[in-house]
Amino acid sequence: MKLRRKVNIGIYIVCGILAILSIMPFWIMIVNATRSTVQIQQHAVSLIPSTHILENWKVLTGKTFNPFTGFINSVIISTGATACAVYFSTLTAYALVAYEWKMRQPFFTVILAVMMIPTQVISIGFYQFMYRIGMTNNLLALILPAIAAPMTVFFMRQYMLPSLNLDIVASARIDGAGEFRTFNSIVLPIMKPAMATQAIFTYVISWNALFMPMILLTKKENYTMPVMVSLLKGDIYKTEYGAVYLALTLSILPLFIVYFLLSKYIIAGVALGSVKE
Amino acid sequence: MPLKKEGKPKIKGVSYAKYGYLFSLPFVIVFLVFMLYPTLFTAVIGFTDFKGVVATSFKFLEQPFDNFASIFANKTFRTSLVNTIVIWTMNFIPQMGLALLLTAWFTNRSRRIRGQGAFKVLFYLPNIITAASVAILYGVIFAYPIGPINDILQSLHLLKAPFDFSTSPWAAKFVVAFIQFWQWYGYTTIILISGVLGINPELFEAAEIDGASPRQTFFQITLPCMRTILIFTLITSLIGGLNMFDIPKLYIWNGGPANATMTTSVFIYAQAFSGTYLYNKAAAASMIMFVIIAILSAFTFFLMRDRSEARAIRAMKRMEKLKKGAAV
Repeated sequence: MKLRRKVNIGIYIVCGILAILSIMPFWIMIVNATRSTVQIQQHAVSLIPSTHILENWKVLTGKTFNPFTGFINSVIISTGATACAVYFSTLTAYALVAYEWKMRQPFFTVILAVMMIPTQVISIGFYQFMYRIGMTNNLLALILPAIAAPMTVFFMRQYMLPSLNLDIVASARIDGAGEFRTFNSIVLPIMKPAMATQAIFTYVISWNALFMPMILLTKKENYTMPVMVSLLKGDIYKTEYGAVYLALTLSILPLFIVYFLLSKYIIAGVALGSVKE
Repeated sequence: MPLKKEGKPKIKGVSYAKYGYLFSLPFVIVFLVFMLYPTLFTAVIGFTDFKGVVATSFKFLEQPFDNFASIFANKTFRTSLVNTIVIWTMNFIPQMGLALLLTAWFTNRSRRIRGQGAFKVLFYLPNIITAASVAILYGVIFAYPIGPINDILQSLHLLKAPFDFSTSPWAAKFVVAFIQFWQWYGYTTIILISGVLGINPELFEAAEIDGASPRQTFFQITLPCMRTILIFTLITSLIGGLNMFDIPKLYIWNGGPANATMTTSVFIYAQAFSGTYLYNKAAAASMIMFVIIAILSAFTFFLMRDRSEARAIRAMKRMEKLKKGAAV
């Protein structure tokens, strides 16, 4: 019994260290966002915030970094992409679950087959296609592709199979409801929990995306937050540590808030995404 | 009354099949336009002379595989491919090791570790934060000569003089691999724990009755039952690793010291979008990666298909049993 308690203490220590490891970089970042570059260059680590946040803000916004533009563009793209992905994936899953049609099985097989292919490897063709139809620097180029989200369709189908009772659909038919109305007013409410989970993850993935926005958006007024952040690597902010830390804090803060509000659902969602019986 | 073959009730005379087509139409159209077409287009560009910033016309090469040959002969591409695999391995082995250890601890029924929920929330936190921001943050944290890490190491007297992490190839690789590890071990831990929770609890009870030690239970029951999840985690992580871009691109500019952090995605980006506009070479490199990833994802495809088939067979047997029960 005594040994077990000792081992348990060891486990808590390891977990405690890992927890600190998760928090520490962000803590340094937030504190340094309030310190002047001179202070940071004297001592790069401090646990106590300072008072230079406004100076850092002036240095930051006096150059190329525009947090408002980045934030607004990211909100537009992530909201649009999430709405498209969640709604149309549920609709596609409904087509797979509720109807019997000839191509149903082949269609599902295709979805499974392409599920893992990342869009990054087809970026050259995608960029050239968008360039030809004049859709580079158009936020829709990053929103519309979300309508075909194989992974989300797969998840929605798995959730819908056991939870949607087709008798309800049949009785709605007898009551004279159209198929599309049945989907919107009966199926969607049943799917709410699954849609919420998928919405969180789609939003975060879309918010964090760098590769596609970086190649498609070349005008500064269209930059998303991650593309804006990539500007910090250039020469312009080379020695402005205070401003860089502040910019990073601004880019991370929204995610921090969302995460600590929804962490329960997010952790449950991650666990759900694993393949299990 | 004889039972129907299918479980679903059908209304006679009306066919609803067309709605199946209709409702999957938006997906199909967008898939064809925004995924299939760009894939084919990328493949085609790989066989052409297409390059230049404003060029829109191109013609096929006389030697169709010239771009592929020159990519394979390109030293930077080979370095980037090796780097990608080396950095992924450096991150995945400790990541899986730690995740398995945490899983063994958290699911050990006799230990009853408390605060698991809070630990999971903290371990998963780095995964949700924008990788671009994380890369830049680590860039300033590992700054030289004055940065938090150098500061800490010096005040602990582990270092006499500040160490420049950005000029040593292995230090650069190590930091990139560490960031990946730091961002992903929490995710893997949650996946593995949920996998253990999915194992039939009777197995664990039986092991307990037979007097198996926690260690024996973990190695003889837990691990074998998790084979599919482990393979799945491995392959999805590898696919993600082969696309590694944000961290290596933004932690150190331009591939790092001696191209030590140049991954294939950074290479493709550099070929096509930063000054040289060699779309044909970039497309050829993309297609090579596409084929590698397609082969890997084929594994997951068969894995998942077999599982869903096994589930269907089990469901059918259960139905048979029920039918027999109803007949008796």
